Amino acid sequence: MSLRHFDEELAELKATLVRMASLAEDQIDQALSALTNRNSDQARQVIERDHKVNALDVEIDEECLRLLALHQPAARDLRLVTTAMKISTELERISDLAENVCERTLELNEEPQLKPYIDIPRMGSIARTMVKESIDAFVKDDSTLARKVLANDDLVDDLMEQIFRELLSYMIEDPHTTTRAIRLSFIAKYLERIADHATNIAELVVYLVEGKIIRHTTPTQSV
Amino acid sequence: MLDRQFRTMTGSLPLIMPSLMTMQGDEKGYSAAPHHDSAPAKSKLLVQSFSFFYGPTQALFKIDVDIPEHQVTAFIGPSGCGKSTLLRCMNRLNDLIEGARHEGDILLDNQDIFSPAIDITHLRKRVGMVFQKSNPFPKSIYENVAYGPRLQGIKQRTVLDGIVEHSLQGAGLWEEVKDRLHKSALGLSGGQQQRLCIARALAVKPDVLLMDEPCSALDPIATGRIEELLFTLKKELTIVIVTHNMQQAARVSDWTAFMYMGQLVEFGLTKQLFTAPTQKQTEDYITGRFG
Repeated sequence: MSLRHFDEELAELKATLVRMASLAEDQIDQALSALTNRNSDQARQVIERDHKVNALDVEIDEECLRLLALHQPAARDLRLVTTAMKISTELERISDLAENVCERTLELNEEPQLKPYIDIPRMGSIARTMVKESIDAFVKDDSTLARKVLANDDLVDDLMEQIFRELLSYMIEDPHTTTRAIRLSFIAKYLERIADHATNIAELVVYLVEGKIIRHTTPTQSV
Repeated sequence: MLDRQFRTMTGSLPLIMPSLMTMQGDEKGYSAAPHHDSAPAKSKLLVQSFSFFYGPTQALFKIDVDIPEHQVTAFIGPSGCGKSTLLRCMNRLNDLIEGARHEGDILLDNQDIFSPAIDITHLRKRVGMVFQKSNPFPKSIYENVAYGPRLQGIKQRTVLDGIVEHSLQGAGLWEEVKDRLHKSALGLSGGQQQRLCIARALAVKPDVLLMDEPCSALDPIATGRIEELLFTLKKELTIVIVTHNMQQAARVSDWTAFMYMGQLVEFGLTKQLFTAPTQKQTEDYITGRFG
């Protein structure tokens, strides 16, 4: 029966998306490592690899459009295909942000290190976990896990605020640190954006599993 | 079962006549009259705890559904689920079947259609029907449409001309047939014949139009024309459509009811039911994972 074939195609779509996610997660890992270890070669490798994620984004988009046009899915199948399309966009942006982290890292590595990096890698690691958990929630159809991811976003926002204040104090004390401090605050912002994209993925997973749109609602409404 | 019903009905065509056509109504036409979708929908047909039996066989089990006015409501479900039976109960076509009986109520504008006070001819004028197979009379296009109004005693040629033109325009057929109104209806294509049947139903100005698989014998272009027509017609009438084609239900209806084995499994806004149904059976059916 043709249906089993459609199920196979949906499973393949999911598998491609998971492959893209692990590539994007790896990009974050490598970017964070390049930053903390001041490794410019590694940073350049991340920048070079971004096109692989882009290629998967296009591949998933094309596959979703094909499934929509040829199978006209409904209900859960429809939610899976449309959600996959959106998640792939989120992952593509996540990888772009990892690339941006590396661009700033290359610039930072031209100068002596401003300060030991502690909070930024911490923030990066939370954001990275959020990405991983949102994708796990997608794979397992687990909206409870997805909601847990949403709760972590506030943590990242608080860290961002803290890092910003600290960098500001550096700049006030010694204006010569301004360039580096601004670059670091950019990086913090990129990581905060990665967490936002993970939040978007988690919200999409809630829609996929429960058919409920929780985007753009207040935190109390959404959980 | 359905085949038998269909034969029974075509066999007793004169009895069905009133449902296909009937008296002249008020002056309302089928042209413009804007209707605001945002306005709260009023209930047109209210089915309450309705069960139906073909002799010892129960075909419908305590159905409750509220069909809103000026909207298209689609009934979907596998063959034999009872959707056509329910549709036929809505203008009492099943009265013709021997041994058939019902429990519960169907209210049309808050009036029980099974009440002894109801004139069945009048009911079938208000609740018209279009069948799966187009069934034009072996007469001219004009006579097909004018037949109902004539039965109601309208004889004035100018009045009949007006009704025929209005109805054919309402059915989106006027431009194609205006130069050959007096040619045989049987010379029309399948899609045109079906639209002629719609025009014939419109000629008696019904409040509700029941459509039983109206496009299943048509090609995609003819189907598209009829589907387009529904969007215009619902401004004037309430439409209930039974279809096997889920994409069609999704495209044309505002509300969808999913039936299975004589039960109403789920009833809701079409956009909701096709994206996030609440019942697993509905989910399985519309995603093709049934059984």
